[in-house]
Order: sequence, then C-alpha cells, then structure tokens
Amino acid sequence: MSAPENKGEQYEEQHVHEVYEQIASHFSSTRYKPWPIIERFLQALSPGSVGLDVGCGNGKYLAVNPNIYIVGSDRSTNLVHIARRHQPHTALVADILDLPHGNKTFDFAISIAVIHHLSTPERRREAITSVLRTLRTDGFKGEGNGEGKGRALLYVWALEQEGSRRGWAEGGEQDVMVPWVMRGKKGAVSQDGGGASGGGGGDRTFHRYYHLYREGELEADVRAAGGEVVEAGYEKDNWWAVAIRGNNLT
Amino acid sequence: MKLLTLNFLTCARKTCKSTAAAFPLHPKEAELEQVEMELNPLFVKNMLPRLDWEAMKTLATELGLPNLPAETPVAEELANESGEPTQTLRDLHTLLMETAIASGKLVCGNCGHEYAVKEGIANFLLPSHMV
Ligand SMILES: [Zn+2]
Repeated sequence: MSAPENKGEQYEEQHVHEVYEQIASHFSSTRYKPWPIIERFLQALSPGSVGLDVGCGNGKYLAVNPNIYIVGSDRSTNLVHIARRHQPHTALVADILDLPHGNKTFDFAISIAVIHHLSTPERRREAITSVLRTLRTDGFKGEGNGEGKGRALLYVWALEQEGSRRGWAEGGEQDVMVPWVMRGKKGAVSQDGGGASGGGGGDRTFHRYYHLYREGELEADVRAAGGEVVEAGYEKDNWWAVAIRGNNLT
Repeated sequence: MKLLTLNFLTCARKTCKSTAAAFPLHPKEAELEQVEMELNPLFVKNMLPRLDWEAMKTLATELGLPNLPAETPVAEELANESGEPTQTLRDLHTLLMETAIASGKLVCGNCGHEYAVKEGIANFLLPSHMV
C-alpha cells in the first residue's frame, strides 16, 4: 500500500502517533532485543556520559549501559510509561521537532526508527537538525575532556530489503503504509509489515506511515541538515549513520 | 522525573531555547518522591562537570531542599583516601539520582508556559499555536 498525499504534521498525528498510542503495549512486548550496532555505540560511551534517546519507544536501549545517563523522549505517552521503568534513566513526552533540550549540551544522542516516520523530506531533515543541535561541539561546559564532539546514531528502515518477507527492493515505492496486526486471540503473534491477512477472531490492523530510505539517502539528509557523517552502514534491513554537528550548524 | 534531568531541560519553544531565562525551568507545585537507587560513584564523579552548578543550586533552593556546596565538588571531595565514597558524594546521589518530581509543573522563565508533570512524566508537547 502506498501512502496518500497531503503529508505533514496532521498526517503524522493520524498515521504515526495515534497508531503507536493504540498499539503501545503490544508493540512493546515484541521489542526487547537491542540491535548490535546500537548496543556497540552505547557500550563504547565512557561512564558519566549524558545523552538523549529521541523516540525511545518502550526504552529498550535504556537498559544497555547503566554507567551513562539517558534522557529518553517519545511522542507516545503510553510508550513513555513503559520506558520510564528503566533506571537510572528518565523518559518524557516530547516531539523530535520541539525538543526541550539546550544546544551543544550532550555527549551523544540516538534516534532509532524515528526519522522515517516524518512524512516530508523537509521534516525529516529538520528532525535530524533538531537532534544534531543538542550535541556538544567539544569537551563539555568548557572543559576539554579529549573525547571530541558529541555523536548521534541515526537508524532508519531501508527500501532495500530483498531478504525480507516484505518484498521491498531498490526502485520501489518509498512512502508506504505498513500494517501492524494485533491478534484477537490470546497467544497469537504479531505480523510486523508482513501484509495483513485480514480479519477474523477479532484481529485489529493498524497502518503506520514510513518513508523507506534508499542507499545514500540518510547520509545526504544528514549533510543537508547541517551535520557531518562519521560512519555509516547497513544492518538488518536498516540504514544507519553516526553523525556530528557540522561547523556551520547554529 | 529525577532532579538530575532538570539540568538537561529547557523550554521546548524555538523562540525560548536560546534565551538565558528558559533555563533552568522552574518547578511549581512540585510533589517530590524518593526513589532508592544503587550508588554509582564513578558515574556521579564523571557526570558532575557536565552540570550547570548555578542552575542546580537555584533548583535546590526553589524546591526547599538542602543547599548545595558553593562550587562543583572536585574529585578529592568525593572519595576518601581509601577510595570510599564520601558523605558529599552520597548526598549528591540522594539529591540528583534519588529525588524526583512525581507531579507538578515546570515553568519557562522566558514565556511563562507551564509543562505538566504527572506520574513522574513531564509532557513537552506544545499546543499547535505555540509551535
Ligand atoms: Zn518558553
């Protein structure tokens, strides 16, 4: 299913935020295993590091490294209620485009499976800018700690998923609606984007909007957003990039 | 929401963020709670230089909590000769990591907007006319 036109804030409210609010606890029960690239990024941070998890969902990345402090945020209040159980961290409700954080403050930020939910190129880049702005430029609060600039790890769904059952591939439609099926009967499992097979037994199907990134697009968006790409790659149906503030970002 | 978090929060409005008055946000009608947590001395020691000490002192005063030391404690004040955590370190842990705002409001000193805190969760979503 391809996504209709007329995208933007209202569109995302209906096709992203409301859906996550509805599926929060079911979604959360299927999201517990950290992906390797993200786990490695968080484990490499030195003790005492402070950073953000923008779009933290159920907070599965808050559990990775107990020696750092993460302020997680999400649009979904229901997901934040689940995320806040992960001590010593904090979870709050906020929008990626209006983050309640100062500029040039944080050692790191992660934003995992979030930017692909913004429905126009301008909003996706604005979201990346919003995250990059929070990163410190060097040291912290005037002290040179030799660790260099703050880094952000961004992670988005890839268009190129030849190995997956979803059947998306190079050259395909990039703006899509992805079904989420909540089984009516106890004990049944979800289908995440497997193509909803229809009703019966009280199943409920929700559709979330995604922009599927093609190769090189995430890096291009980071640069257009005022960032520099430090490292980038592909992992399990996703494109990822580690980015720092560019010199011209205010 | 633990007090440490307040060191890392500003007003969410773009027009406020760059103003000095938007940081720190001011707690109002705050109900505090204590949430016990394991002491992590290395974390506290390394995290301290990242704090805006003046802001934390202001917050402690506004919340009616014991005053913080005049300056950010240095490493020697945090562990004794045998490497054991000092009372200063324990007090900081209690204040920053174990004291939390359970409910109340956080008020921007620049625009006056109030962000609600309910069940320990602050909500920074802006009404559409304020974005
Ligand atoms: Zn304000």
